[in-house]
Amino acid sequence: MDIWSTLNETFLDWGSMKAVLPEMLKVGLVNTLILAAASVVLGTVLGMIVAVFALSRKRWLRWPAKIYTDIFRGLPAILTILLIGQGLSPITRHWWGPNPYPLGILALSLIASAYIGEIFRSGIQSVEKGQLEAARALGFSYTSGMRLVVIPQGVRRVLPALVNQFIALIKESSLVYFLGLLASQRELFRIGQDSAATDGNLSPLLLAGIFYLVITVPLTHLVNYIDKRLREGRPTDTVDLKEPAYADNR
Amino acid sequence: MPTTVELAASLEVRGVELAFGTNKVLRGVDLDVPAGRTACVIGPSGSGKSTLLRTINRLIEPDAGDVRLGGESVLAGSPDVLRRRIGMVFQHFNLFPHKSVIDNITLPLRKLQKLSVEEARAAALEQLELVGLSEKAESRPGNLSGGQQQRVAIARALAMKPEVMLFDEATSALDPELVKGVLGLMADLAQSGMTMVVVTHEMGFAREVADQVAFMDQGVVVESGVPDQIFTAAESPRLQQFLSQVL
Repeated sequence: MDIWSTLNETFLDWGSMKAVLPEMLKVGLVNTLILAAASVVLGTVLGMIVAVFALSRKRWLRWPAKIYTDIFRGLPAILTILLIGQGLSPITRHWWGPNPYPLGILALSLIASAYIGEIFRSGIQSVEKGQLEAARALGFSYTSGMRLVVIPQGVRRVLPALVNQFIALIKESSLVYFLGLLASQRELFRIGQDSAATDGNLSPLLLAGIFYLVITVPLTHLVNYIDKRLREGRPTDTVDLKEPAYADNR
Repeated sequence: MPTTVELAASLEVRGVELAFGTNKVLRGVDLDVPAGRTACVIGPSGSGKSTLLRTINRLIEPDAGDVRLGGESVLAGSPDVLRRRIGMVFQHFNLFPHKSVIDNITLPLRKLQKLSVEEARAAALEQLELVGLSEKAESRPGNLSGGQQQRVAIARALAMKPEVMLFDEATSALDPELVKGVLGLMADLAQSGMTMVVVTHEMGFAREVADQVAFMDQGVVVESGVPDQIFTAAESPRLQQFLSQVL
């Protein structure tokens, strides 16, 4: 069959995959994980700040948060990455040279923080008003009540959505290749693409795809697990609805 | 039971007014609760009972009037400090569901009263013992019945050693068979000398436990007095009508 052999040559060239495998493991995977992890951390921190601002009672905090969210959620990721990665490099060049890596992380984090901020905001807003009221009635300030009682509950409720956002971020990290990376900075996609161009077949890209799936698929299952546990509670905590008699000895 | 009430204070509400926009919710409310006494506030829905409670601990700031705790105005200092002296129990318990029963009680002790982990734990276990729920210390509130949750909420408030306790329809959200346990605990607390303001629809409780009953309607205390007088010799037509509907 002609079609099968063509497909086979294009996607399943084992020699080509084998040749690129060490570089993909040592360089590509490491860089993808660094880019993703750094922007997950920075994006989550920024996202929490955006959410707290968006929920503030002060208009001058609320409005900037809304505009920020609209901009970074509304622009195509690739456009934001190019604008920040190339646009800011003349400024940041003084600090770390023409290295596009930090600006790539910054751009990914800004995009992620807009989505993560909205996720946190919806979670925090879903917490019943009585929770803050009870905390305040005990003597907690508004800030302490939010920090100790409301926000932890809100975050817990949106963990599945948050992990989904992390998955999106791992995939989007491939877009930093547009900024022009040094050989040692290339992530999975770029290595796959370079190798595919050299070898004249797509097998290295297929291998890169497998690497992405190895990272993201376990995460999607983690989402399902968290979701299930949030709905059903911890398996060890048994429900006991018996009312032990309170000694009514007045 | 129960607890040793160490520092019950008197409570005086004087001419408290509050409006939400044009809606006047409280229109000059007066209420006197001597130290160690229990006042029940009864009245139809929307009469301002729950709002009155919230002006006492300044969850809502009154527009006018004064509230005195132990003779001193509560409006002078920081509301956060004031609220540590006033315990409040809510209709829907409002336990913190992400924390275990014991952590619900130790959280304010550690963060606000700066007790050590061990001290807070000991104080919390003592309160849980008093409400009969020591064995639930490590459970999550969501795995307790409503009655148990409300008793934990009472323990959480009492652990702060309040001078006054406010109850906002503490049994209204409970299944009928769970009401008695919570009311019994509240009665014991009243007996032990706590100053209490109890907003309630439980007329039996008001009649038996209260030293004084205040009937509120449309943002004012229409009539108040000892339970016998309120329930058997009501003077105002509005109270008579209310009682004819609920009794």
